Amino acid sequence: MSEASVARKARPKFLDLREIRLPLPGIVSILHRISGAGLFLLLPFLLYLFDLSVSSPETFATYKAIVGHPLVKLILFGLLWAYLHHFCAGIRFLLLDLHKGIELEPARQSARLVLIVSLTLTVILGVWLW
Amino acid sequence: MVKRLVVGAHYGLRDWLAQRATATYMALYTIVFAFAALTLPKMDYEHWSALFSGGLMRFLTFLFFMSLAYHAWVGVRDIWMDYVKPLGLRLALHLITLFLLVGYAGWAAKILWRL
Repeated sequence: MSEASVARKARPKFLDLREIRLPLPGIVSILHRISGAGLFLLLPFLLYLFDLSVSSPETFATYKAIVGHPLVKLILFGLLWAYLHHFCAGIRFLLLDLHKGIELEPARQSARLVLIVSLTLTVILGVWLW
Repeated sequence: MVKRLVVGAHYGLRDWLAQRATATYMALYTIVFAFAALTLPKMDYEHWSALFSGGLMRFLTFLFFMSLAYHAWVGVRDIWMDYVKPLGLRLALHLITLFLLVGYAGWAAKILWRL
């Protein structure tokens, strides 16, 4: 929060789009939004698969056939990453809400950790479930 | 005079808190579910469906889907509020999102109680 006593001063502007880049916490943040949007959009597909998988042995076989398709596997792989990223980044945001790790350096490190952990878990679980 | 939009945020702590409460619940459920699913003796129809037919797990899973619906409502609404400025279009998108999420929640309840 800015101090009320500080006078408003001209702040430097740097908007060269070829030069500026999003810092790591910003990347985690926008990926949090994108992964959430992706999960929302494909939620009916996931519910459909869940429905098939628990309804009867016959529909379970249908479910198996659908998730056995390489293209579907790729989509589910993407959704697995989306879930894990949203999960890890979400925990980071909850901690930030509790004022844990809000200094610049810890915030950068936790952002890097979120990216690494979610990608690693995606690969491990993805290989396991493939 | 505070300017309040009909398609704005709901100006209070409730949604903010609900988003975090549902997130916390879903995170805990995810760990329980991942552990239960990954330790299934065999990934077949009997074991998989039995996972959700117990009273406790059915209740916890139902709560997960309810939390998901509320959580997604706040999150998706925030996306519309950030990027969609025309009032009528935004209201339409809010309503579509709500209808979809209520429908999904009903679908999830149907799946769980048919088991």
